Amino acid sequence: MAMSAPREFVDNLRQLPHTVKDAWFRQGRLPESEREESQATFHNFFLHIHSVRVHVRTLSPWLTFGLGLMATASFLILTITGVLLMVYYKPSTALAYESIKDIHFVVSTGRFIRNIHRWSAHLMVVAVFLHMARVFFTGSYKQPREFNWLIGLALFAVTLGLSFTGYLLPWDQLAYWAITIGSNIANSPRELTDALGITKWLDPGGFQKHLLLGANYVGEDALIRFYVLHVFVLPLVLVILVSVHFWRIRKDGGLARPEDPMGGPAEWGGARRPVFEPLATKTYGLMALVKGTRATVNRGPENTVMSWPNLLWAEMAVFMVTVAVALILSYYFDAPLKELANPAIPENPAKAPWYFLGLQELVSYSAFVGGMVIPLVVLMGLALIPFLDRQLGGEGVWFGTAGEKRVAALSCGFGLLVAVGMLAFTVNFGWLRNWFPSIHQLWIIAINPGSVLVVLYAGWSLLVLKQTNSVRLGAVALFTCFLISFCVLTYFASVHRGPNWQFYWWPSQWPVH
Amino acid sequence: MSRLEPPRVSRRSFLSLASIGSFFAAMGVAMAGVLRLPRPTVMPGPVRRYKIGNPEDFPIGSETRLEKENVFIYRDGEGIYAISAVCTHLGCIVAPSAQGFACPCHGSKFDAKGNVIGGPAPRALPWLEVSRAADGQLLVLADNEVPAGTRFKT
Repeated sequence: MAMSAPREFVDNLRQLPHTVKDAWFRQGRLPESEREESQATFHNFFLHIHSVRVHVRTLSPWLTFGLGLMATASFLILTITGVLLMVYYKPSTALAYESIKDIHFVVSTGRFIRNIHRWSAHLMVVAVFLHMARVFFTGSYKQPREFNWLIGLALFAVTLGLSFTGYLLPWDQLAYWAITIGSNIANSPRELTDALGITKWLDPGGFQKHLLLGANYVGEDALIRFYVLHVFVLPLVLVILVSVHFWRIRKDGGLARPEDPMGGPAEWGGARRPVFEPLATKTYGLMALVKGTRATVNRGPENTVMSWPNLLWAEMAVFMVTVAVALILSYYFDAPLKELANPAIPENPAKAPWYFLGLQELVSYSAFVGGMVIPLVVLMGLALIPFLDRQLGGEGVWFGTAGEKRVAALSCGFGLLVAVGMLAFTVNFGWLRNWFPSIHQLWIIAINPGSVLVVLYAGWSLLVLKQTNSVRLGAVALFTCFLISFCVLTYFASVHRGPNWQFYWWPSQWPVH
Repeated sequence: MSRLEPPRVSRRSFLSLASIGSFFAAMGVAMAGVLRLPRPTVMPGPVRRYKIGNPEDFPIGSETRLEKENVFIYRDGEGIYAISAVCTHLGCIVAPSAQGFACPCHGSKFDAKGNVIGGPAPRALPWLEVSRAADGQLLVLADNEVPAGTRFKT
């Protein structure tokens, strides 16, 4: 005999707190056994991005430094603070600057939120950059991870795109002139087409500039375009790419690592773990067919630990460190805001954000080569790495194959020497145009300090490749040179370039103007 | 008899290939149409035609900097000419210097006639068209480049 409906209703009402809680927390309590821990991982939409067990190497802070996750954490901070800023920001040339001033001086917590947004953006760029270096130097781009390396490169480009588009939005002097320079770099293929005299028929530079600005000058149309890119298009692309990036990590068998030995005790991580021994009396079911070299067939779980809670703790630690760094920076340093944009008087010097300063130094030799050709060559070179270096071995270990440390150290020295030498030469003696004032622009496009640097590095890398008879070591040489020259150029342009892009030992020596 | 030869491509696979092909062709054309939109047909922005005053305001030998318009106006014995202050490198505004002009952003240097004498600028500062408006004032057409050396004779 069923309960009467009114009775049932009252009963259900009384049960409400429990039934609602059970609907939300299906397990009802913290997991206690490994079975419950695995259920905690795969019964939760957000947690089931993790595998149930994770290799102990993955958790080692010294393998990854949590850099990828740090980039993700900064992106989350940026999303939240960005939405908050959108509440007050007005994307129009007449109102943008005032609304940023309001956010800074009037809106409660506005200044703090804007600071967090600005410093997290820097953090994200740093994290993405170092993450790429980590993946390279641990050889983690090798088969089968080539595709994920490409996705990572796209993410690198989108991250820089987000920074660049965000730079214009305050509509202050720095923003206006940085974007004027940036959009004219997009216009710089004209340097070549003008030199060849074909701009009238073929004008990719003008096309790019007009696509970016929607006009000939940085104005209302440019601001709206940058705003749409910054708050919608690029974040959307980034979220999609990050999802693919994470999904690929799982599909490629987790983080790159050396093969575990067959059977045997735990060889890594110190603590002894139970050794997996297939029992003759037990039936084993086939759970999945997987491709690749990473299936743990006949290998026990001895080098893995439960994702819940081990991986979760590690991730939360990285998140908290990221938030803490962003908060501390934001508490002590205000995000810069210069005077209202003035199209008649450029900032002097008009410097791009620090991660573009290396490029700006190259641009000061030739806009087309420094702003378009070299970045494209570098991106293409990075994209080709996993397809040219097919030698397996050493994945997931810092400087994993023989001789890598030595080549990296030597390349560090070579890269440093060449970059510093090139800068010292250019500052002291000038370049072609100073010696032959009427020289044709094509010569400058072909031979300038930037292109010479690229050729020297490529030559060095090929030399290493030939001498060591290893493609991987050639790649290590080139990548190290790239990193070092990025650092040298960035440092040089931030500290030693002053008004009129002149060389000064220190900013305190800049003339007062 | 060719009619009796078996077809090399079956009707079914031909039709599927054709439909896949037309799908991508249609998407391609649609994408091209979509990408037409962000390209401005009419360039928005200010019309850069400036009335700058009567010829008498510019005596022979004068050098005038019009800050808002980003133009330098000169008058010598042969006539009046205008040189753009927008650097041909990356669009910064040049300032007068001892030799002619210098750009604050990346150190391009120009002589008094706008020719490049140093730095990364790929070409000389453009000379701009000068003419006379109906009311007798001088008119600078900053969007019209003229060959270097062109002067407006009053």
